[in-house]
This record gives sequence, C-alpha cells and structure tokens, in this order.
Amino acid sequence: MVINAKDLAFQAINEAIRRPDPDITLTDCGGQRFIGAGMSNKTLTIEGIPGNALGAYLNGASITVKGNAQDAVGDTMNDGRIVIHGNIGDAAGYAMRGGSIYVKGNAGYRAGIHMKAYQEKVPVMVIGECAGSFLGEYQAGGLIIVLGLNRGGRKIVGNFPCTGMHGGKMILRSDCSDLVFPGQVSARPATDEDMFEIKKYVGEYCRLFCADESAVMEAPFTVVTPDSNNPYKQLYVAN
Amino acid sequence: MVREGEIRIPSGCAISAAISREGRRFTGESVMRSMQPMHDRSNGLGGGFAGYGIYPDYKDLYAMHMFFDCRDTRKKCEAYLKEYYEVVKDELIPTRKIPEITDEPIIWRYFVTPLCSVLANLQLDEKEFVARTVMKINTEMDGAYVFSSGKNMGTFKAVGFPEDVGRFYRLEEYEGYCWTAHGRYPTNTPGWWGGAHPFTLLDYSVVHNGEISSYDANRRFIEMFGYKCTLQTDTEVITYILDYLIRRQGLSLTEAANVIAAPFWSTIERKKDPYEKSKLIYLRTVFPSLLITGPFSIVLGFDGGLMALNDRLKLRSMVVGEKDDMVYIASEEAAIREMEPMVKEVWAPSGGEPVIVTVKEGRY
Repeated sequence: MVINAKDLAFQAINEAIRRPDPDITLTDCGGQRFIGAGMSNKTLTIEGIPGNALGAYLNGASITVKGNAQDAVGDTMNDGRIVIHGNIGDAAGYAMRGGSIYVKGNAGYRAGIHMKAYQEKVPVMVIGECAGSFLGEYQAGGLIIVLGLNRGGRKIVGNFPCTGMHGGKMILRSDCSDLVFPGQVSARPATDEDMFEIKKYVGEYCRLFCADESAVMEAPFTVVTPDSNNPYKQLYVAN
Repeated sequence: MVREGEIRIPSGCAISAAISREGRRFTGESVMRSMQPMHDRSNGLGGGFAGYGIYPDYKDLYAMHMFFDCRDTRKKCEAYLKEYYEVVKDELIPTRKIPEITDEPIIWRYFVTPLCSVLANLQLDEKEFVARTVMKINTEMDGAYVFSSGKNMGTFKAVGFPEDVGRFYRLEEYEGYCWTAHGRYPTNTPGWWGGAHPFTLLDYSVVHNGEISSYDANRRFIEMFGYKCTLQTDTEVITYILDYLIRRQGLSLTEAANVIAAPFWSTIERKKDPYEKSKLIYLRTVFPSLLITGPFSIVLGFDGGLMALNDRLKLRSMVVGEKDDMVYIASEEAAIREMEPMVKEVWAPSGGEPVIVTVKEGRY
C-alpha cells in the first residue's frame, strides 16, 4: 500500500500504517514525527524526510528511509531494523535496547546515547561514515560500529566519545590515534575474534548499501570497552 | 495578566532562515512555509520573523517597529521621538485580521534619523544613540515597546503560531535578501507579543531555540554596560551580548562565537595552531561572564548576512543546506526541504562552530 504523507499529521500517518497491509510505502514525507512508533510485523519504506523519533519504541518492524532522517531515530526501540540511506540527526538509537540501525552516511551528536542490553537483547548500530561528538555517551550495552568511509581528513568521531560509557562495546574502523578517550574505557586493536563478531554486521551494511566488503574489512579496527561492567559500583550505595 | 518581565516560569522552539548570497530579494513566503513542518515545536504562544533588505526606499533611516497599549502612549512616545529624531514617515504596520491572531496591541512603525544637533551635543555616534533610545523607551515608557530598530530591516512578531503570524503581518508583500523565523514554545515567561522572537537591537536580530542556564550571570555582566534586560527571556540577553561584542568591542563574528560558545579548556589545550590557541585562551579569559551555557541554537541576522550557532555541547538540533546562491538553516531538515526541495546537501554544523553567510558587497 502506498500512502502519500503530504499534508497528513503524524497521527493520521500512524493510523494509516496500522491498517492490516504488511508492506507500506510512505511518499512525500515532510517532517512528521513518531512514524512507526511501537510498530511490529510490518515493512515500511519512507520517501522524503521523516520527522524526529522515527521508529520510537519499534517492536520488530522494518523501516527503510530512502534519504536522510532527523533526530532521535529508534528512540528506545526494542526490536526490528531501521535502515537509513543517508545521514541521521542527533541522538540516534537513544536508549535502544534491541534491534539494529544501519546508517549509510553520517550520524549527528550523541549517537547510541544510553544504549543498553539484557541477556539475548543486544542492540546494534552501524554508521557508515562518521559520527559526531559524544558517541556512545553513557553507553550501557550493545554494539556501536563506525566505519568512517569516505571521511577524507575528518575524524571518525568528534570530541568526547564514550563519555560515561559503562557497558557494551564500540568498534571504530580507525587506529584512533587522533581520538582522546575518557579514563574509564580501554581502546585496543581488534582481534580476530572481534573481526569475526563484526563481519556479520559489516557484511549486512555492505549488502544494504552496495559497498565492497573486503575493502571495508581491510583496515585497522579499534575496540573500545569500559574497564569494568560496573564502574560506578558503590558510588552511591553498596550494590 | 502578568506580563513578560514580571514572572518567570522555568523552553522548545523552531528556527529557520534563508539568505541569498547574491542579495536577490524574495518574499517572506518561503520562511513562513518552512515553519509548517515544525508546527509541533511551537505551542501558539509566539511566532516572529525578521526580514533584511525590506525597506529599500528608506534604507538610510532607522525603522522603529513599536507596540503600544493605547493611543495616549503612542502620542506620548511620538512627542518624545520628535524631540530627538527627524521622523520621515510614520504609519500603522499593515496587518490582516485573522481569527488565529487576537488581542493585538497598536502596531506602528517610524522611519527616523537622529537629529545631528542632538548627536553633536551628546557626543555619541548614531547607532549608540538609537540603542540608548530603545533601552529608554523599553524600560521607562510604560505601555510602549520597540521591537525592531535597524536600517532597511524589520521584525514582525506576535502571539500565535508562526505561520499565522506571517499571514497576519502580510509578509508575502515584503521582499528581502535574508529572512529568519521563529516558532515559540515559551517555558520561562507567559508569552506576550514583546516576548516573541526575534529579539533585536539595531540591525541585530536573534532567533533562538533553547534554554540557557547562564542567563543571570550573563545578565548581571551585560547590564553593567547600559543594557537593560526587561523581559527575563534568555534570548534578549543573547542579543545584547552579541551587540556588545560585535558593535562595541569590535570582535569578529567568529570571535564572538568563540566567546559565547567557547570550546572546552581540554579542547583548547589540544589545538595545534599556537595563534588560534592563544586567541581562544584570551577570549575565554577576558569574557568569562559571557560564556553561554545550556542548550541553544541561534540565528543572528545582521545588515548583509547571518550567523548560525549551536551551543558547544550541541544540545539543540540545527541543519544547513545550500542551493545556488541560497543558504538555508533550520531546526529540522524537513523545514529546509519545504523551502527548497532540490537542496543539494544538508549538513549539521558541530557545537560551537559558527556558520557565517554574507551577501556580496554592494548587493544589499
């Protein structure tokens, strides 16, 4: 089913996509917020610019955006997949706790802020080009991968990555010699085991956006993890 | 009703701007349209616009836009103006009656120039005298408020949603080379016509999305230099800080940006260029009280250009797009696409990184 989003308010769009059709294309989208919020078992393709909080609380659905997306994509998403064929705004994957987000281009500030994980729930965010400052701020779990493709002289990540990070893992396709990490995390070159772990996600990125997988994998990768799973232990109470 | 300046309620907002580097003039329609996709960022308690290059027939005169509560106040204020200024033209600002905009004050504009004898007597330059007049009227003349005071530019603001405010002021009838727009979601003050954005002084206008936490520290400092913050809204203090740094201290736009959104000491420490590093240290040391903390994205309009700036932590969103001679800035990409669907590339400036766009010399 094709829905023209022009002049529709976000409530009307979300009502329309809740109809039984499992496969929906939204055209002419112009900044309407909360599209696909909480959605499960559907495939949604978006043309135009979806507004903030796209796929918030997403619960299993698959969303593809043919261009750029704005802020807070996948806010608190639980399951499913969001694929952005362009750049993404600030605070992508805010507190996501499951599912995956693939971004072809750049991410704004605070991507992956407070991502978390629990048992089999391990969210993954793959950013093709560069990420802004405060990547993985307060990250508590999950996996953030930044590939730094086409970055020229740009740093792969802006200032202050991993501020407050206390769980999960970040993998950057760079030797990271130009980055400064905070004291509570450790950065080390990726091992074969790490490379095996990310191959699946990098492969998926390359399939989605037609990139050359062997060329992407053929580069130094750095793995960043917090020094302890609970660096704030006994900061306030004995826990 | 308790007005702006009498109460503080502990802001979200929408901003947008469009400018032609060639100085090509266009109507206010596109920026009005750009506010539509960002409708939910405002709550109907304030909208406003600034247009540059809109008064070519009076471009050497200060265009004073004023709100009055009644006819008597207007008469009194006019008598005051005529003592010090030559009033070349005065008129009601044309508006359109629409149900969405109500309770309007008396809205008048004056094209004026200070009398030479007055300036010579006071030994003041023209701009300083006009700025002092604005401060005097806004603080001492009850019921009168100057909301625009630059040359060949004007702001238009009201309580309402920005799209409606634009229609109310018939902005499709004005042509300018640069427009800025604001949709307000006031959280600190009750929302009165004077409290809507843009905030202006002379040709500087500021639209702001955010909520600065350094308001009182900034206000205490800036009030030492003759500025009077009358409305308790943070945007007013940003306007005065920029006027102080740029007009009175002679700082460049980038330097002013480095004062209000100064890089962290740790970032300065890592700067490789020794000149840049010492300059950043100098600016932070000389103007520590003008560092603006807390979230903001602003567009400063001025004669011949604009500057967009985010707080150094980038706690508010702002994107920039270009096509041919046009540069577009907005809180959301959807707003830029509404103004120009074929915009080439949309990018997000980093926190504290000023985006300065100027019109070619001689074209404005």
